Amino acid sequence: MTVSVPLWPAVLGRFGWQDLPFVRAWENPTISEIIGAFAGALVVVGAVVVAALLTRYGKWRYLWTQWLTSLDHKKIGIMYIVVAFVMLSRALVEAVLMRMQQAVAINNPGFLSPDHFGQLFSTHGSIMIFFMAMPFLTGMINYVLPLQIGARDMAFPWANSIALWLTIGAAGLMMTSLVVGEFSTGGWSGYPPYTERAFSPGVGVDYWIWAVTLGSIGSTMAGINIACTVYKLRAPGMRFMRMPMFAWTSLCTSILMIFAMPPLTVATLLLALDRYLGFHFFTNDLGGNMMNYANMFWLFGHPEVYILILPAFGVYSEVVSTFSTKDLYGYTSLVIATMAIAVLSFTVWVHHFFTMGQSANVNAAFGIATMTIGVPTGVKIYDWIWTMFRGEVRFTVPMLYAIAFMMTFVLGGFTGIILAMPPLDYLVHNTLFLVAHFHNMLIPGLLYGMLAGYHYWFPKAFGFRLDERWGRIAFTCWVVGFYLAFFPLYVLGASGMARRTQAIFEPSFRPWLYVAGVGAFILLAALTSLGIQLWVSIRDRAATRVEAGDPWDGRGLEWSISAPPPEYNFAVLPQVDGRNPFYDHKHDEGQPDPYASPASYTDIVVPRGSATSVVIGVAAAVAAFGLVWAIWGLTIVALQVIVAAVVVRSFGRDQHRTIPAAEIARAHEAWLARVRVTRAIPRQLETAAVNRGLAEIVR
Amino acid sequence: MSEPELAHAGLNLGDTGELTKDQAENAIFGFWIFLMSDAVIFALLFATYGTMIASTVGGPTPASEFKLLPAFVETLLLLTSSATFGRATLAMKYDEPRRVLFGWLGATLGLGLVFLALEANDFVTMLAHGAYPMRSGFLSSFFALVGLHGLHVAVACFWLVVMVGQVCAYGLDARVRINLLRLGLFWHLLDIVWIAIFSVVYLQGNIG
Repeated sequence: MTVSVPLWPAVLGRFGWQDLPFVRAWENPTISEIIGAFAGALVVVGAVVVAALLTRYGKWRYLWTQWLTSLDHKKIGIMYIVVAFVMLSRALVEAVLMRMQQAVAINNPGFLSPDHFGQLFSTHGSIMIFFMAMPFLTGMINYVLPLQIGARDMAFPWANSIALWLTIGAAGLMMTSLVVGEFSTGGWSGYPPYTERAFSPGVGVDYWIWAVTLGSIGSTMAGINIACTVYKLRAPGMRFMRMPMFAWTSLCTSILMIFAMPPLTVATLLLALDRYLGFHFFTNDLGGNMMNYANMFWLFGHPEVYILILPAFGVYSEVVSTFSTKDLYGYTSLVIATMAIAVLSFTVWVHHFFTMGQSANVNAAFGIATMTIGVPTGVKIYDWIWTMFRGEVRFTVPMLYAIAFMMTFVLGGFTGIILAMPPLDYLVHNTLFLVAHFHNMLIPGLLYGMLAGYHYWFPKAFGFRLDERWGRIAFTCWVVGFYLAFFPLYVLGASGMARRTQAIFEPSFRPWLYVAGVGAFILLAALTSLGIQLWVSIRDRAATRVEAGDPWDGRGLEWSISAPPPEYNFAVLPQVDGRNPFYDHKHDEGQPDPYASPASYTDIVVPRGSATSVVIGVAAAVAAFGLVWAIWGLTIVALQVIVAAVVVRSFGRDQHRTIPAAEIARAHEAWLARVRVTRAIPRQLETAAVNRGLAEIVR
Repeated sequence: MSEPELAHAGLNLGDTGELTKDQAENAIFGFWIFLMSDAVIFALLFATYGTMIASTVGGPTPASEFKLLPAFVETLLLLTSSATFGRATLAMKYDEPRRVLFGWLGATLGLGLVFLALEANDFVTMLAHGAYPMRSGFLSSFFALVGLHGLHVAVACFWLVVMVGQVCAYGLDARVRINLLRLGLFWHLLDIVWIAIFSVVYLQGNIG
């Protein structure tokens, strides 16, 4: 922990020269400090390079008007996913560093100081949950959901943009902590009393508190928006039991967000009151009770697990059905199972702290409730298997992820049953067994799902397909890397190796730690492959265009429009009469032709872009930065800017733009004309260059 | 087959001009969901208060600090302010003269401000007794819960002033109507939360 002398307290608050990692590395050039300085330099250089490139190519105005201030749900969704990939890169590199440290620090101190190691596992966890997983799934829902239910936008486009910018601001705060100061060493769950001022006096915990708080407020807003969109903006005829499964899982996830994010906000804000104003919520003395924190954190934390996993379940449902050329098996049971998981997720939070001293009966009740969740999850797995059964299964990249998920996730479920039994949990609590378990759930249950969705919907969003070969290489690395990196941890955990250990004194752990280290490098190779894939795909995009919009013989409404879709999504709002509206119209005799010209067009109103949401997100991050460094004036000014932005926006009128019917007709008819001259291809040629997004219909 | 017609109960909009009922419905419905998540925050603070009420650590206790009379007067003020806000909503719905609307909104604002002043006075009195939030877990949870409610009321008052400005600027156009309805819902929620505070904090502290 750095002890720096404040330089100029009146203006710079707690800041001193030693808060810069470069100064620390200069004064104390250990490998640990040099790595910290290198990471800080990387952030600065990265920002400068991006800014320089934007200036060099004169893209600032384009970026500002077309993207940053846009209220279009599709662009907001894409920006969320860009944030997720950037943060994924950082957190994955941190994971590799930790694996290397544990592999070399056997009976010696290794190359990372304990404090640095603590910061690494805290940022790794916080980023992966709040700034990789949450933006990824929120972005995916943002992009896909309105297209699936036949809506023109989300219910509240401006709030949507604010939620995005609060997330970006919070992620920016995480990145800033690399350059100025340090991060918390309290883990992603930030348990007090360790995170109280008495034990963690530095700025690290404050960074954690405010980054997480901004992120959770953003997620609450996103949840409200998603729920309202599903409830109110479905196309005519899109009844609940006709919605695609991804829309159902989005709805359940949003309900969980609405109820589960506030406990996190309360927990972090009460911790902030303790730290900043000397309150006694979670302190050791004067009546504080840290169990209140544990309860509130996991009252958020457990539903959070299902916030993360349900959207992936939705993606798998779409992918398995599409690439098995079959209707989803057991649609109703999948809906019920999703709802059941959402409800049950609020009844199990105590299993995160079985060992904290409540009575055996309480533990038994929560242990049983925990095992109950396995039932609806099992129903889902069977439904997906039955969907594949006797289908014409095509092993495209998304389908490969879905299959890898089914096998890997079931294995993780088995170890979950072990952890759900309090007597067994006592044995492996706080060991690497737990780390192996939750990575075993979240990597297939979130990451594979988001990557499957990324491959599946990418052609819809950008109008060309992702490279298949590099996709398979990345897939192989993700799966092999996962098994090598995490299955050894089950063995280590069962042998008693505690999680978050900076140095190891048990030589027999060495081979397992080596294998896990190799796995971490393969996972890094997987991410690199995804980067190469993106580059190759953009380079070769002329050969993989799918402008007709239906590269996979898709089933839902999102495939019935051009790729990329127009700003208003649907030239004419679709009339839904079944569960697979687009597929049935394509394939069934006597159904209306999905590519027929509509009888008439009407004007469409779309929201104009708004700079106020950018201002609010950035000002919130600035206010948080002021709070971290005790620069109170900065915080006060930033908060006033937020209030002013909200008031200015509320006084604004003329915030919509009307696209005339004639313009829509012109664009839509031009697209239909191009579809008519597109060659329809059979499924066997799906991944070949001839796939221009029109499916051959065999009746 | 025609889809069932769903009408939002209690949509006191009257004539919305260019605004379709659907839009108003989405806006109000979304705000209800927001209120629900805000209510979760209060629920957690109530639960925290419940677990910490005994953590007085030899310092001030509920019985020594809570005065029923000012709390009762504050309750009456807030309840009355909800009634006056309701009357303002009706003035909006039936397009009564602007001064009627402003009159009732002004009365609501006045009641809200007096409430805040009395609450501030309560807090100052407690601080003077040495009952400050850093003293014990009980006082921490009391100030967080009641203070957050007070903060909400202050925000609502500020919002009301902004709304009066918007009525002056735009008249009762569709967005002003919707936002007045939203503010009304917010105001009534704070009333309900206060009733819970009065019962759980003040009544329990004096009688329980």
